[in-house]
Amino acid sequence: MGTVSLFKAETRRLAKRRFSRYFVLGAVLVLVAVAIGMFVSNEKPTPAVIAQAQAEADRYFQEQTGYAAEEKKRCESLTPEQMKQQYGEGFTCDQLGQLQREDVQIQDFMPSQFDFRENFPGMVTTLAAILAMVAFVVGASFIGAEWNSGGMMNLLLWRPRRLQVLSTKLAALVVSLIGLTVTLSAVWTGLFWVIATMRGTTAKMTSGAWQSIGLLELRGMVLVLAAGMIGFGLASIGRHTAMALGAAIGVIVVFQFGLAVVLQVARVRFAEAYLLPFWGIAWLEKEWEVLDYNAPCDFSAVNGCEPPSMVITWQMAGIAMLAVVGLVTMAAMWTMRKRDIT
Amino acid sequence: MTAVLEISGLQKTYRSRKGARKALDGFDMVVEAGQVHGFLGPNGSGKTTTLRTLLGLIKPNGGRMTILGREVPQHLPEVAGLVGAIVESPQFFGNFTARETLSLLADAGGVDQRRVDAVLEVVGLRERAAERVKTYSLGMKQRLAVASALLKEPKFLILDEPANGLDPGGIREMRTLMRTLSDSGMTVLLSSHILAEIQLICDSVTIIAAGRRVAAGSVAEVLAEHRSTKVKVRLEPGVDMFGAAQALRAAGAEVTLEQDHFIVGNASRPAQITRLLAGHQIFVSELTPVTVDLESVFLQLTGTAPVEGANRQVDDVAATAGNGWGQ
Ligand SMILES: Nc1ncnc2c1ncn2[C@@H]1O[C@H](COP(=O)(O)OP(=O)(O)OP(=O)(O)O)[C@@H](O)[C@H]1O
Ligand SMILES: [Mg+2]
Repeated sequence: MGTVSLFKAETRRLAKRRFSRYFVLGAVLVLVAVAIGMFVSNEKPTPAVIAQAQAEADRYFQEQTGYAAEEKKRCESLTPEQMKQQYGEGFTCDQLGQLQREDVQIQDFMPSQFDFRENFPGMVTTLAAILAMVAFVVGASFIGAEWNSGGMMNLLLWRPRRLQVLSTKLAALVVSLIGLTVTLSAVWTGLFWVIATMRGTTAKMTSGAWQSIGLLELRGMVLVLAAGMIGFGLASIGRHTAMALGAAIGVIVVFQFGLAVVLQVARVRFAEAYLLPFWGIAWLEKEWEVLDYNAPCDFSAVNGCEPPSMVITWQMAGIAMLAVVGLVTMAAMWTMRKRDIT
Repeated sequence: MTAVLEISGLQKTYRSRKGARKALDGFDMVVEAGQVHGFLGPNGSGKTTTLRTLLGLIKPNGGRMTILGREVPQHLPEVAGLVGAIVESPQFFGNFTARETLSLLADAGGVDQRRVDAVLEVVGLRERAAERVKTYSLGMKQRLAVASALLKEPKFLILDEPANGLDPGGIREMRTLMRTLSDSGMTVLLSSHILAEIQLICDSVTIIAAGRRVAAGSVAEVLAEHRSTKVKVRLEPGVDMFGAAQALRAAGAEVTLEQDHFIVGNASRPAQITRLLAGHQIFVSELTPVTVDLESVFLQLTGTAPVEGANRQVDDVAATAGNGWGQ
């Protein structure tokens, strides 16, 4: 009883919300569209496909050689005066390019294939990004609508321990998000395994490769939970869904566009390090190298002017994320404890 | 009798950027077990503030409160299961149906789900229980609120303006419901502006004005304490009313002349009037104490009786509150 029944009630409430359902459904539709797109745009290199690509490559080579020959013929028919005008001083027609056979690669004419080991990590990132967005919005509306509608007050008449109520709600959200992410990740992995089998290759999937994909999915889940908790916390502090959404839009606008411009104009060092999305990328892709184009030239004889670089590691990004989540959650708890509910 | 609710010296000041507002200024209240207790006061006098404080929704700046013998808000979690409450037109999440709303509350509070249909039946929402709350009328939402308060079979029921928006039939049903609940041993605290209703159903009342108690006790006591000493005097037709008034005024009476009678304001002993007038050979045909009802007592105590030609502002209440009339 007690907390358990409250947890059960809150999980039920979250699942019953049409907003949560529609948003999750929307995300699933987007994911399905991505999967279909990947399925359609990839093809397995069957002998027929290779033969067709070979034929296309041949035709292309033929075509290009034909054009080159024509061009040379035209060039040779020019007077020296015209030559100078069109090609410049000291140009001879032999200098015109001649396409070599080995310049035409068959790969360029092959439809791409879905290489699980190569391409699936990008798909995991896509999944994590979409789910993080869903988590943020659903988390915000879960508590925001409660505050807004007065449902929170009703609940507190039943369960006066405010911190317990808020943490149980948060726990219900987190557990639901874990369930959702784990399920969708499993389905996502299975789906792309099928796509890779039918439209590409599943070669080289060593246990190390699996491990790295597993870890990536885990980091994706942490990102999703963090987004959900931040949305929840902000909406609880602002007692309104709109507050969290407003804050998110504000952050995106400010960080992505406004700040980027300001940093550029102000010639701030390591400008990208101030932009949130790169921290997200660093978290998922283990590191992100920030190049400082605003730095004074660090000349080296070999590379010329080389911008100094700074690496955002996933550890740094993780700590930053933890700090933000911690801060927002603590602030939400604190306001929950302190404020008058009228 | 034991007190289900005791409040003493309750203080609450709302603070905002615009400044501070003292909503409760040393408010006291006692509700005895098994009673239906009316909580009356003009708009903005602090009724809802009191109830919110009691239920732990806002923090008081001072004072002590006990519910069912337990100090609150410290021990509120222990008694919360025994206190059903609605606070000022409660709101529900509009997209859930009445049944879902109640069922979630039942889950949260660990109450048997069978109670849900039982209370829906009691408040008359059985047939509409599967509709979204958003589509409910004001009175239906109010009924749902009452249902939510009844859900946990409380020992102490707190209702802030439960009749708000109810139709006449609903008000009467509410009245019978309250009687039934009270007969079954529940204590009910009821705030309302419908004084006739309060007078009908309440055993006792507390009247608040400007954040302080101005009267308390059983309805009969409050009425008796504030029984007016006014007496209506009617003379035989054709008798000189003006002369009679003169005579009484000379003896120190406060006389107000009306169309065909006059009112003596401070007639603590009406027999004096007859004796005095008889001395002047004036005979009285009617001598009746002016009866008071809760409404007039209320208006008098809170100083909120309408004055012709003046628009009373909400915070204009009796300056004498607390030490005025009859205390
Ligand atoms: N959240 C708040 N912030 C600031 N002042 C408030 C707040 N809530 C109430 N007040 C003020 O406190 C006083 C008491 O309000 P309260 O709601 O308790 O009155 P009430 O007796 O319930 O009135 P009504 O009969 O109109 O419901 C009023 O002056 C009101 O303006
Ligand atoms: Mg009120």
